[in-house]
Amino acid sequence: MRAGFVLGELGTGLRRNLSMAVSVILVTMISMYLLGLGLLAQRQVDTMKDYWYDRVQVSIFLCVEGSQYAACSGKATTPTQREQIKAQLEQMKPPVKEIFYESQADAFKRFKEQFKNSPLAEQATERAFADSFRVSLTDAGKYDVIVSSFSGAPGVGRVQDQKQLLDRFFAFMNAVSWGAIALSALMVLCAVLLMATTIRQTAFSRRRETGIMRLVGASNATIQLPFVLETLVSALVGASLAMGLLWATVSYGIGGYLSKALMDTAFIGMTDVFAVAPWVVGGVAIVAVLTSWFTLRRYLRV
Amino acid sequence: MILFDAVTKTYPKATRPALSEVSLEVERGEFVFIVGSSGSGKSTLLRLAIREERATSGAVLVAGRELRTLPDRRVPMLRREIGTVFQDFRLLPNKSVFQNVAFALQVIGKSRALIRQTVPETLRVVGLEGKEKRLPHQLSGGEQQRVAIARAIVNKPTILLADEPTGNLDPATSRAIVELLDRINRSGTTVVVATHDHEMVNEFRRRVIELDAGKLVRDEADGDYGKTTSAIPVVRIDEGDSDAEDGTPDAGSAGGER
Repeated sequence: MRAGFVLGELGTGLRRNLSMAVSVILVTMISMYLLGLGLLAQRQVDTMKDYWYDRVQVSIFLCVEGSQYAACSGKATTPTQREQIKAQLEQMKPPVKEIFYESQADAFKRFKEQFKNSPLAEQATERAFADSFRVSLTDAGKYDVIVSSFSGAPGVGRVQDQKQLLDRFFAFMNAVSWGAIALSALMVLCAVLLMATTIRQTAFSRRRETGIMRLVGASNATIQLPFVLETLVSALVGASLAMGLLWATVSYGIGGYLSKALMDTAFIGMTDVFAVAPWVVGGVAIVAVLTSWFTLRRYLRV
Repeated sequence: MILFDAVTKTYPKATRPALSEVSLEVERGEFVFIVGSSGSGKSTLLRLAIREERATSGAVLVAGRELRTLPDRRVPMLRREIGTVFQDFRLLPNKSVFQNVAFALQVIGKSRALIRQTVPETLRVVGLEGKEKRLPHQLSGGEQQRVAIARAIVNKPTILLADEPTGNLDPATSRAIVELLDRINRSGTTVVVATHDHEMVNEFRRRVIELDAGKLVRDEADGDYGKTTSAIPVVRIDEGDSDAEDGTPDAGSAGGER
């Protein structure tokens, strides 16, 4: 089988069957785009975990006059109690890395700054905030040491671990990404069925040609190759378009917009797209070849 | 070259075997007519010879191969030694005469240089020089059958099988086609022709094998068509009508091929 002849037949086949080829391309593109988004979302979670777990802090909220924390029984923390807590924290290095003190007024100011675009900033009053020690840890996993030492200690309202908040957020992100992957699995199923239908239809419309090939003694590989190649080419074009869409999403959506809107968060970049691409494209190639092989065994007599 | 030894072929769900205990031998370089009414087993015999079907029992030997045990992957090599021609020509409608013949060589991996040399030669043998660029629908039925024959012999097979090659053609054209098959036979190719055509068989006086309801009933070295009754009544047309038909060669038969 000469390469030139094979390529010529491939071109003719794709041209004659253009609408089917286009549908395979589009379905493959959408399924691979969704799969890529799912995979990238997982990488985004990992990136954010790396970024945030380094910055995660444990907050020890102190009591203020009329505090809502039950442990305070409505009394403010005395300066002595505050000094005691600070001294105890200093003794715990490591795992305690750094200790910052944030007063009620500072906390209120920071909140107003963070939520300046939200009606929350208008409604919030200083009384809703509390003085706190913010403790960064050498190992984010050791937060329970702080919790057990300070929960219920005199003058401590509440001990809050940011990691718990983050974990809830990451769990949500993970669920979203798995959802995208599950959707893409459905789309891959659609793509497989569409490829199989296309091959069936093509095998039927070319039965005269394949019949002649059998009669003159063409090998099975020669008879089947054009079908496999047509499916493979359509699927790979679809996968490449999906990669283009992912590139555009990351480049413009994240690089051009999100990373500027949310400065203090780490985002995935083009290297992540390149890391995902070989899996997606390779997966598509395997799916296309296996689908054509199975379909041809059933519908093309050789 | 071709040997059938007590071959029986029963199709699934058939009430009687299509071929029953048929034994025959065709030597290298022979020219054989296979005659018999519709459903007598002529086509089945040819299909067994190219391993389109497997015999239910008995041995089929073609070009030195035992076909009942020949593995599927060896079948293409067998078919490269056999040319096949059908009543309905089986040309590719969107390929030119040259491309139709070249296709047979391209799909078995022959080089472009060989194709450029062999295809025009073969078209000359079948009398189609100058028509290389025509599409099948621009040819008469007889010419289309010549293209099919060219495709069958372009790879220089040792055996040429023809299943009702003149079934769609008028008598004069049929004669020319059989003369072409005869010429191919004289160059050393074994030719087996399954046919309904009385006049052709009677005129050429070659070996005749007659099948009836799947059984071999006659094998004569210098035979005629015999008294075989066709399942479809043969309508005799007088000379005047026959001439009128000759005036519009094959237009009807070619129509089905587009």
